[in-house]
Amino acid sequence: MTPPTVAPSAGARSRSAAQALDRRDRAWWQDLLARAVVGLGGISAVLFIAAIIVFIASQGFEFAWHRLSWSELLTGARWEPTAKPPSYGAWPLIAGTAWITAVAMAVAVPLSFAAAIYVGEFATGRRREWLKIVIETLAAIPSVVWGVVGLQVMNPLIQRLFDTPVGLNVLNAGIILGLMAAPIMTTLAEDALKAVPDAHREAAEALGATRWQTIRKVVLPHARPGLSAAVLLGIGRAFGETIAVLMASGHRLLPPSSVFDSAATITATIAAELGEAAVDSDHYQALFVLGLVLFCITFTINLLADWLVRGGRGRA
Amino acid sequence: MNPGETPFHATPLEQRRQLVQRLVRMLLLCVTLLLLVPVLGILGVLVFEGAPALSWSFLFDKPQRLGAAGGIWPALVGTIWLTATALAVALPLGVAAAIYLSEYARDNRLTRLINLAIVNLAGVPSIVHALFGVGAFVHFLHFGESILAAGCTLAVMTMPVVIVATRESLKAVPKAFREACWNMGATRWQTIWRIVLPNSVSGILTGVILVVCRAVGETAPIMFTGAVFLRLVTPETVFDRTMALSFHLYTVSTQVTDVPRAVPFAVALTLILVVLAMNSIAIWFRMRLRGRKKW
Repeated sequence: MTPPTVAPSAGARSRSAAQALDRRDRAWWQDLLARAVVGLGGISAVLFIAAIIVFIASQGFEFAWHRLSWSELLTGARWEPTAKPPSYGAWPLIAGTAWITAVAMAVAVPLSFAAAIYVGEFATGRRREWLKIVIETLAAIPSVVWGVVGLQVMNPLIQRLFDTPVGLNVLNAGIILGLMAAPIMTTLAEDALKAVPDAHREAAEALGATRWQTIRKVVLPHARPGLSAAVLLGIGRAFGETIAVLMASGHRLLPPSSVFDSAATITATIAAELGEAAVDSDHYQALFVLGLVLFCITFTINLLADWLVRGGRGRA
Repeated sequence: MNPGETPFHATPLEQRRQLVQRLVRMLLLCVTLLLLVPVLGILGVLVFEGAPALSWSFLFDKPQRLGAAGGIWPALVGTIWLTATALAVALPLGVAAAIYLSEYARDNRLTRLINLAIVNLAGVPSIVHALFGVGAFVHFLHFGESILAAGCTLAVMTMPVVIVATRESLKAVPKAFREACWNMGATRWQTIWRIVLPNSVSGILTGVILVVCRAVGETAPIMFTGAVFLRLVTPETVFDRTMALSFHLYTVSTQVTDVPRAVPFAVALTLILVVLAMNSIAIWFRMRLRGRKKW
């Protein structure tokens, strides 16, 4: 608003002031347009999630509603969709997924928490930067390359070390998935440690605590919600991984009874069978139902992790 | 802290605690270094086993005997097509979403919903994205199995990467820059276009590189939406189906019999070199950005 050079009458001044405030010029319209376009971009994320639910549910809906017994799906011992009569018991897949995820977490949790504590609390300067880069590089290795490693490197190694006939088993897939989940869990755990206010650390050290005592007694308890979220998201990662686990697990459609048994997971079964199932057949729809189950589980995990992180931060 | 160097003398208890601390620190370092082993091990094995089979003719020839011999040229070109398509869709959407979230959105229910959707989009298993691609792009939108369908599937999957990278870099632009611009009478959009975006280009580029990194490596989402086992001609339009590097690696290591041992390693080495090169550029960008910023 530039002040007018010649003093106008009171009415004219208020009109020009109103005009200056209400600037519906080209820039104003451009701003409106930009806001709309950019807002659409923001909403697209929500639309995509909604579309994922709608499309996956609609592809499997007819079968799930009319011919599928949910109790058979969850507890049935035979997954034989191409047999006559077909059997849609997903218990072997659920058990395989649970076993492999459990092994993966047994590998990933100690590794990633130790790395997070070291990188976040002890390491400084250049060493810290380098460790972070290595962890990031580990996260960038594509899953199909991990699959090749499982198939060609871990397989013979496990056969020789444990003297088992097949090296493609729960142990192999679990270690691979653990290493795949570790970097992201390290990053999340480090974020959780970073969220602990420095004043807490300083207070502990002023009382004479060593760095390790501070971490154990002050930092870790305070960061617990964030650390739990890191584990949850790691589980989500391991659980949803497809190609690597398909290649390294041996893909045997029976529930495993030890870590040396081959197993199949839900994700790998979808990947292995979707190409063979005729479009809209019962088998095809059953795979979409499995997909919906996967989506629901990861959705819950994500919500829970989000809630944990938020709750932890809210109290800080 | 050495007790002799300070005027304070550590009691035996304190000395023991320092010892525990040093041991724990050492242990943690060792476990952290365990993370180094797989990276170096994988790279070592890939180079050792794959490098002998890697040559110019391997990169630029067509595959023979279902991929057991010959080269990987159509797969390489296919991967470039897929990545470019994914980027063309994910980049505008992702940058727009990031601008909305960081520049326009208030802290209300819609914003929280969008953030939640982004987190979930990133957390959904890749095979679920594949199912979505089959249902939405291949069948519903009638793209058929094509580069377009596979690219869109990859785009939905990688959009969160663009959003997060862009949002971080937009947030790094100081508020004072915006306020100065608003005080000159500029609209929000003029401020974003002239001041905020130019100052966050490197963050957006980091996002681009990370998307490429992701899109090049993913296999599951493209398996049923546009990647084929064998197609010797390179694609000409986005409605063609195509070979892809990641899917080719999957097929030569699991589906094709009597493949020489070196071939999957050579394909894997090519794939990982592309990914690591991209990743290094992203890291370098970020470091340069951090080093140069004075505000």
